[in-house]
Amino acid sequence: MRVFSRVIACWRNLFRKKDVERELSDELAYTFDALVEKKIRQGLSEAEARRWSAIELGGVEQLKEKVREAKAGYYLESVLRDARYAGRMLLKSPSFTTIVIATIALGVGATTAIFSVVDATLLQPLPYSHPEQLVSIQSDLPDIGAPDVGMSQPEWQDLQQSGIFEYVSPAWFDENNLTGSAQPARVRIVSVAPNYFALLRAQPELGRTFDPQYNSPGYLPEVVISDALWKRSFAGDPNILDKSIRMDTDLYRIIGVMPPGFDSPGRNAEERSIEVWAATSFYGPPLPDHPARNRRNLPTLIARLNPGLTITAAQLRLDALAASLQKQFPGDYPNGWRIQLQPLKEAVVGNFRRPLLLLLSAVGLVLLIGCVNVANLLLARAGARAREMAIRRALGANQGRLTRQLLTESLILSMFGGIAGVGILFAVREPLLRLVPENLPRLNNLGISWSVLISAAGMSILSGIIFGLAPALYARRLDLIQSLNQEGRSSTGSGERTRSRRALVVTEFALSLVLMIAAGLLLHSFWDLLNVPLGFNPQSVMSVRTRLPYPNDTSIDKYATAAQEAPFLHELVRRCGALPGVEEIAIGDSASIPLDESQRALNTLEGKFFVTFEEKNSGAPSMLERSRVTPAYFHLVGIPLLRGRLFNEFDNDTTPQVAVINETFARTYWPNEDAIGKRLKSTRPDSPWITVVGIIANARTQSLAEQDAPQLYLNVYQVPAKHLAIFLRGRVDPASIPDRVREQVQAVDPTLPVFGAQTLTQTLSESLSQRRFSMELITLFALTALLLAALGIYGVISFLVSERTHEIGIRLALGAQRRNIFGIVLGHGMGLAILGATIGFVFALIVSHLMASLLYGVKPTDPLTFAAVSIFFLGVALFACYIPARRAMKVDPLIALRYE
Amino acid sequence: MSIRKYKPTELLQGTLDLLILKALVHGELHGLAIAHRVEQITNDAFEVKPGSLFPALHSMEEAGWLASSWGESENRRKAKFYRLTKAGRRQLQTETNDWRKVSSAITAALRTT
Repeated sequence: MRVFSRVIACWRNLFRKKDVERELSDELAYTFDALVEKKIRQGLSEAEARRWSAIELGGVEQLKEKVREAKAGYYLESVLRDARYAGRMLLKSPSFTTIVIATIALGVGATTAIFSVVDATLLQPLPYSHPEQLVSIQSDLPDIGAPDVGMSQPEWQDLQQSGIFEYVSPAWFDENNLTGSAQPARVRIVSVAPNYFALLRAQPELGRTFDPQYNSPGYLPEVVISDALWKRSFAGDPNILDKSIRMDTDLYRIIGVMPPGFDSPGRNAEERSIEVWAATSFYGPPLPDHPARNRRNLPTLIARLNPGLTITAAQLRLDALAASLQKQFPGDYPNGWRIQLQPLKEAVVGNFRRPLLLLLSAVGLVLLIGCVNVANLLLARAGARAREMAIRRALGANQGRLTRQLLTESLILSMFGGIAGVGILFAVREPLLRLVPENLPRLNNLGISWSVLISAAGMSILSGIIFGLAPALYARRLDLIQSLNQEGRSSTGSGERTRSRRALVVTEFALSLVLMIAAGLLLHSFWDLLNVPLGFNPQSVMSVRTRLPYPNDTSIDKYATAAQEAPFLHELVRRCGALPGVEEIAIGDSASIPLDESQRALNTLEGKFFVTFEEKNSGAPSMLERSRVTPAYFHLVGIPLLRGRLFNEFDNDTTPQVAVINETFARTYWPNEDAIGKRLKSTRPDSPWITVVGIIANARTQSLAEQDAPQLYLNVYQVPAKHLAIFLRGRVDPASIPDRVREQVQAVDPTLPVFGAQTLTQTLSESLSQRRFSMELITLFALTALLLAALGIYGVISFLVSERTHEIGIRLALGAQRRNIFGIVLGHGMGLAILGATIGFVFALIVSHLMASLLYGVKPTDPLTFAAVSIFFLGVALFACYIPARRAMKVDPLIALRYE
Repeated sequence: MSIRKYKPTELLQGTLDLLILKALVHGELHGLAIAHRVEQITNDAFEVKPGSLFPALHSMEEAGWLASSWGESENRRKAKFYRLTKAGRRQLQTETNDWRKVSSAITAALRTT
């Protein structure tokens, strides 16, 4: 009853406001008159009676407001009224409103953009059912410091039968040659266990996936293909199921098509955009029928934990399993063995956490600085509105009411800013998405999701509260009498406000210096990376990829041995070497392409390369990076020979195998000896001895940022390779060369695909793309922050100058030098800037240590960066103060004195 | 009359409501008359100020305890008269019982030594 009656009253108060107000007026008017009559009857004069009645009522208007506050729906109504009023006020000063909305739009828009990336990458779970059960399994040989060595087939089976996992599947990323259509194509394929799709709980959009129980030797003659391949190579043929495709000369039946947007949980873009899934039990042709326990050729394993098992519990049981296996097969584990579980998501996105969080913090700082700037503007305006506030207070508005009114205004500004920011973001999202480096995991669609919108709304509200707080607090301290007596003069009573504005400017400067130094450090790192001595010459070298098939029936492999492959290579060298503009030609495996991160995975495909050394027969095997190349490779990429000899035309499959190593290799393994003539061999069964014949200079072919690692080069005429790269030096046309090379390759073998044509400078630049992305964005944010801070200090100093025009006039009239006036104003501004910079400096030291892992060759306390940024920073501050200081200097004392 | 200066709000919460309900038991009254009646029935112990009275009246009316109508006052002016509704009488009963409980409890508490 009571609630019902209140709702009706609320309705009436909101929608029949005029009636309600008139009744209230009438009632109180009567009350007032009745009081007055009573007082007159008591013998007072009419004027006195009215005065005393007004006092007794506490003022008719004030009393009305008190009654209104007690009425139902008052809060709702006052919010609406505040909003209407705020809208009117903001429309009255359009330029102010525009500046504020633009600042917030910029801040919220940029923050939302970065947040949407963080959200899709780090926050959202992997797009598979029950992603918390999915893990990645890595095994290490701790005694020889070899991380992530892969697993062998028997070890995989042990894990599968351990009772810890529901399913365990290797994921063996590779390329294959898809033939049968007009042009042979290279497809990205992953060999998985038949339980792979059951493990991920993934459903096809067409057909079915593999039978998880399948366990026969060799490959299942079935494949599942991606939606992209279906549309591209089969024109989305609805009758695609049960059609056959030929890959690496083997026939497979297509049994299913995965939906668009289904990605494999891979560590890089290549591994995620898989086109064909093939299933195998990882024994039987082309692999051995009885795989050895120590032949760890399965590079990555993913698994789904049994329900109810946590990762920690599973890890404990795995440790016990590893210990018991080591006891059972001591011969296979001479170097210790450790299996480590990691959430699958961590394996996929782990590397991106730090750079993304850095970006998010940076852009958040820009938003915060934007808020501080707006707060500053609002404070400046608060002076002009002091009288308005005082009048409203005098008319009965209480303080809470005024605070709320000011906050409503701020919130309206920030909400419009937020809406504008998200709107602009929505409009430019396509070009923005192209800026995001390709290797960023996009298992979840990057886009403006609900969580992103909600966070944008949250950010807008929060920023509204942040920048609205300063003027609201200021209004609270307003001295009513003084403000009313001011008669519009703006100079007095502003001490409080000036102090707040100075504090805001100092904050702004501190925040933007932190950002500037972070950007400076990244810029410096990047600069160092760009200028690191490469040790090889990427100029005018182009690499084009091709690939030899790897049939499941090894007996039909045309390129199984070095002797079989050599004629092909010789013919390729002859033909491509004769192409117009080509001055030098060499061939290598995919690992020999300098700085090509995407090919790194293929390198480990045939198992990590472990070697033992002849004279250190007790020593543990070492894991090495290995490339196979033709003799001309070293001269072509410009790596000089230091000692011994390079490969030559007399090295072939009939002569003893030879190796060229880099300086680091020689120094690491034979520190006080001559490495030439030393022998080593692969740990694989039946491997021949390999003799070191030459030492070449170190070159950063693996990674720009990493110190030179030991490198082993073998002769591709002695040790055949399937994933080939053709290197061409000369004045070749990057646009037409892929076609020319394709013609030549297919003239030798028409089933081979030709792809991946790139200049080495392109590859180099791509290897830096992620660093460049972070650096460019942070620099952009830092410059925005600096601009905002400079505007802030300019605003405050200009305001001080105009406020002190009178005082400056008096000083000048009394004989002060104009130069001194200039100095005073400038010193004032610079004092604020230096104070801000000092505070920022301290914070920057903390922040720079947190981002140490993102830096290259630069210490977190790099004095050059700190000094350069601080000087630049103070220079900008000086410029921002210079303009108002000059204005102060030019004040005409006559005008200044007459001013009031 | 020294205790006259106590504002009702400084006493127990809801006391003013109870006094207003009680003041209206014998028929409708307008605002000032209600204040006067409260002073009368409390032997001038409380002075009800307009700043408390009118918000309370409006809020009670909206709660459905009071109803109002416009009528002529003793000096032939248009005035707003308040009267108890059925819900108001029930409320008076409830609040009276509550008050008795509280008051006897406090009295008992104060009597202990």
